Amino acid sequence: MTETTVTMPQLGESVVEGTIGQWLKAVGERVAKYEPLVEVITDKVNTEIPSPVSGVLQAILVKEGATVPVGTPIAVLAADAAEAAAEPQGADKAAGSAPQAAPAGASAPAGWGAPPPAAGAPTANPPAAGAGSEASPAAGAAFAAGDAPLPRGVYSPLVRRLAKEYGIDLRQVRGTGAGGRVTKRDVLAYVAQRGAAAPAAAWPAAAPAPPAGSAEPPPAGTLAATAGPPVSREPGDEVIAPDAIRRAIAQRMVQSKQTVPHAWTMVEVDVTSLVAWREQIKEEFRRREGVDLTYLPFFIKAVVESLKEFPRLNASWQDDGIVVKKRIHIGVAVGLDHGLVVPVIHDADRLSIAGLAQRLADLIGRARAGKLGLDDVQGGTITVNNTGAFGSVASYPIISPPQAAIVTMEAIVRRPVVVGDGIAIRSMMNVCLSFDHRVTDGLYVGRFLQSLRRRLESVGPGTALY
Amino acid sequence: MATKTLLEAIREALAEEMRRDDRVFVLGEDVGKRGGVFRVTQGLIEEFGPHRVLDTPLAESLIVGVAIGAAAYGLLPVAEIQFADFIHPAMDQIINEAAKIRYRSNGRWSCPIVIRAPYGGGVHGALYHSQSVEALFYHVPGLKIVAPATPYDAKGLLKAAIRDPDPVLFFEHKKAYRSIRGEVPDEEYVLPIGKADIKRPGQDLTVITYGYNVHLCLEAAERLAREEGIEAEVIDLRTLLPIDRETIVASAKKTGRVMISHEDTKTGGIGAEIAAIVAEEALFYLDAPIVRVAPPDVHPMPFNPKLEAVFMPSVEQQYAAMRDLARY
Amino acid sequence: MENRHAALGLSDQDVVAMYEKMLLTRLLDERAWVLNRLGKVNFLVSAQGHEAAQVGAAWALRPGVDWALPYYRDLGVALTLGSTARDYVLSLFAKAEDPYSGGRQMPSHWSSPPLKMFTGSSPVATQLPQATGVAYGIKLRGDDAVVYVSFGEGSASAGDAHEAMNFAGVHRLPVIFFCQNNRYAISVPQEKQMAVENVADRAAGYGFPGVVVDGMDPLAVYGAMKEAVARARRGEGPTLIEAKVYRYTPHSSDDDDRTYRARDEVEQWRERDGLPRWRDYLMGLGLLTEEADAALRQRLLAEVDAAVAYAEAAPDPEPEDLTRHVYAE
Repeated sequence: MTETTVTMPQLGESVVEGTIGQWLKAVGERVAKYEPLVEVITDKVNTEIPSPVSGVLQAILVKEGATVPVGTPIAVLAADAAEAAAEPQGADKAAGSAPQAAPAGASAPAGWGAPPPAAGAPTANPPAAGAGSEASPAAGAAFAAGDAPLPRGVYSPLVRRLAKEYGIDLRQVRGTGAGGRVTKRDVLAYVAQRGAAAPAAAWPAAAPAPPAGSAEPPPAGTLAATAGPPVSREPGDEVIAPDAIRRAIAQRMVQSKQTVPHAWTMVEVDVTSLVAWREQIKEEFRRREGVDLTYLPFFIKAVVESLKEFPRLNASWQDDGIVVKKRIHIGVAVGLDHGLVVPVIHDADRLSIAGLAQRLADLIGRARAGKLGLDDVQGGTITVNNTGAFGSVASYPIISPPQAAIVTMEAIVRRPVVVGDGIAIRSMMNVCLSFDHRVTDGLYVGRFLQSLRRRLESVGPGTALY
Repeated sequence: MATKTLLEAIREALAEEMRRDDRVFVLGEDVGKRGGVFRVTQGLIEEFGPHRVLDTPLAESLIVGVAIGAAAYGLLPVAEIQFADFIHPAMDQIINEAAKIRYRSNGRWSCPIVIRAPYGGGVHGALYHSQSVEALFYHVPGLKIVAPATPYDAKGLLKAAIRDPDPVLFFEHKKAYRSIRGEVPDEEYVLPIGKADIKRPGQDLTVITYGYNVHLCLEAAERLAREEGIEAEVIDLRTLLPIDRETIVASAKKTGRVMISHEDTKTGGIGAEIAAIVAEEALFYLDAPIVRVAPPDVHPMPFNPKLEAVFMPSVEQQYAAMRDLARY
Repeated sequence: MENRHAALGLSDQDVVAMYEKMLLTRLLDERAWVLNRLGKVNFLVSAQGHEAAQVGAAWALRPGVDWALPYYRDLGVALTLGSTARDYVLSLFAKAEDPYSGGRQMPSHWSSPPLKMFTGSSPVATQLPQATGVAYGIKLRGDDAVVYVSFGEGSASAGDAHEAMNFAGVHRLPVIFFCQNNRYAISVPQEKQMAVENVADRAAGYGFPGVVVDGMDPLAVYGAMKEAVARARRGEGPTLIEAKVYRYTPHSSDDDDRTYRARDEVEQWRERDGLPRWRDYLMGLGLLTEEADAALRQRLLAEVDAAVAYAEAAPDPEPEDLTRHVYAE
């Protein structure tokens, strides 16, 4: 004897439940296969349910008058052996003859990175203005005259893709499309012209970058522009496909070195007072501000104030002249595992040392977490690099076009130095500067550096943090 | 080679197929003695007799139902619906029957019928002799829809339709019947259903169109090239279903600017489907939004000639749209 | 008992064989209901009460030569023309081997190229114009075949029925319009369906004969069909035969007929059930005994059981089958 469970069947399309009307057999009674077992009421049909097997009604699970969903067990039969073997269990049809809604693969595929360009949905300029409401002869005309041009900064999917592939800042590209739109033709013309030693080079956006290690093979031919003579390939050699960041850096560096005449100079700065002062206040600062007070804010402050005196270094060589920028946006180089990013402190001259410390903590933190936005990395007018952080005492930095200068803060080293007629142990820091020799000359730069040094050397208990 | 009108090319295709294969026969209202109200089937009854050129009662559902049954029996019927505007009574036989015969019998029966109908306006046909109905059937799997624009295409595609094992709707623009002439080879040729034709190559923008609009767009494209130096690529779909995705997408990727033009009203016209295909497969090649140039959502089209002209696509309208898209 | 079949050219074997088909139809139909109430079959259309008319009509056709476009109640016609219990049960379970549609259609949507049974659908009356198309093909080709097309009295109201009969009359096509009038189109009774008593009366309007027969008497139906087939083969055109029958069950497994007709009406018609009456006829002529009948029942039930077992175990279509046969492959 085996047990057979009887479940509430689905009687009719779209029926989801049934009510037990009357049990036609009692527990313990024999029932033959197909003999009516129970009366069931649904909102479509009232009917008798036959027994699926011959046997004895062992248990009634749902009482008369109760309503249960389709598929609910309602009785148990002790089936005669031969019957039970032949009866396929669980053969009840699933509820609902409606087809499963097939998941439409219609949503945008994952990984279509950049936020949808507004160019795709320009409400100011509905292109297909053949709307029925306008019963004008131009109904059906694509672009009705007088549509407002698109706001600047709205780019088509094609233009964005090309910009990414060529590593260009679209803000630098002049648009000839409707309303000053940048079109594909404009982008391609820009790229062609850039290739011909044109002075106006664009500063590529360094972030938001693709996640580290997104090693898509470089689009064919893009590395060729930066590559030199071939090297032999030997067993054991590894060919690493540079990721997008690497490629971008490579491109920028080559471009910078090819177009900007770099000149370099260095001064030594005695930061003993600065070191002592910082040592004194750093705990209190940490407690009060919640961020560390490094040397960098002091350095940036000094650079900024010196730039005010010597603005030529906050400038750019353009085809129509040297553009001396009024506002000072300090790019701060941050080394990451997979490359370099340069977040920008905009209007750094308006920040106090404490403000600079806060801003630095935020930018560097976000840079390390990969959370910089496009605005965070654009617009720098000069770059500062804390090469001393990795022990360097002298470096020859590469300028970021269209800037005119880049200044480094080298390691602070305790050294014996001549002071007066004697020897003292002082904390010494080198400051290096690469500059665009088209924009200015060594004399001017030397004075800038003297100014910078003086300011750094005079940092001490009187220095205002706020 | 000889110059023929669209109508002559269609008539030739019918006659040649009927000679070639005695399973082919024509049925519809007035197709026999009268030779069709447009005279498309003129001369056929004299050559093939009244049983193969059958004047049916005035009953569209019957016409298609008879075609389905005759095809089941092994014949190759070419049914005519006198005006596409009158196809609606036959919708059940077309959508629920013809389109589903193969699928519902799990491939054991088929329905190799052709349903021809003149469509389109600009002929003072008013609301019931001017409609475009292709969008109503576009959504139905199992059907094929062909709408040729030139005599060459019409002849080659009608032959293909008659030889096709599945039901084909064959729409002939009535304004083009006599006004469009073209070269038609004397030798036998068949064109493939499902393949679009680039009537005019270009690199500045893509125009996807069919039917009478093909001629409007070609004329506009010539002017655009002459006057503005803009080179438009004009694609004649020829077959609407199944649509030639490959040709459409390749052109969209080439030019980055896509305009779809048809005489059928805009909302829910097949231009919407084409726009979706281009967006799905070529989004990152688009330098401008996809443009659909089509009449407003009203019933095609009024009897008053001035109102009709407002509705009907024109060369100027295509030209303006193409130029604006090129400049966007 | 008077022998009514010899005069119609039917042998004793024929009439016993007819009974077998009618009984199989009934048993198969009853089993389909049981399977549905067990929750194993999602949907069925019933033929109980129509057996005599269907078997009697189909008996006048030449399977594989004549064409049939049977409507969805014609289980008896399908079985008589050569469909099997297994075919039917496979279609109930919508399995891949279902010969009618590979599980794509509801049950009772017949289709068989070798039996010249054209594929049917659910929208009613669409098969009538198609049947005239087949008949037109036969006439065009000069072939010797007729077309059987069946429908309920409800379908006779549809435009397609009128269009088809009109056309068939114009061209004197070899088609037999077989209307099984069971007095209800689902719940709509005849008096709301038409203003006349007989669907057959309309035939005069189309230029061909209309015949009313007792659909519970297979011989009456057979006789009318035989004459109609002969007419058609002689080139004399269509006939409209209206068989008066009764549907003992609801329209389908989704219908509840207690909402629209009285039980005693159903009981009254039960007394006129063609199946037991035919059995009595055979027994009266000594062509069937109680024992033989019991044995026959057993054999047929075993056939039904076997069909159910086979179909239950048969595989479902594969997911890839969904997209096949939209167009020619």
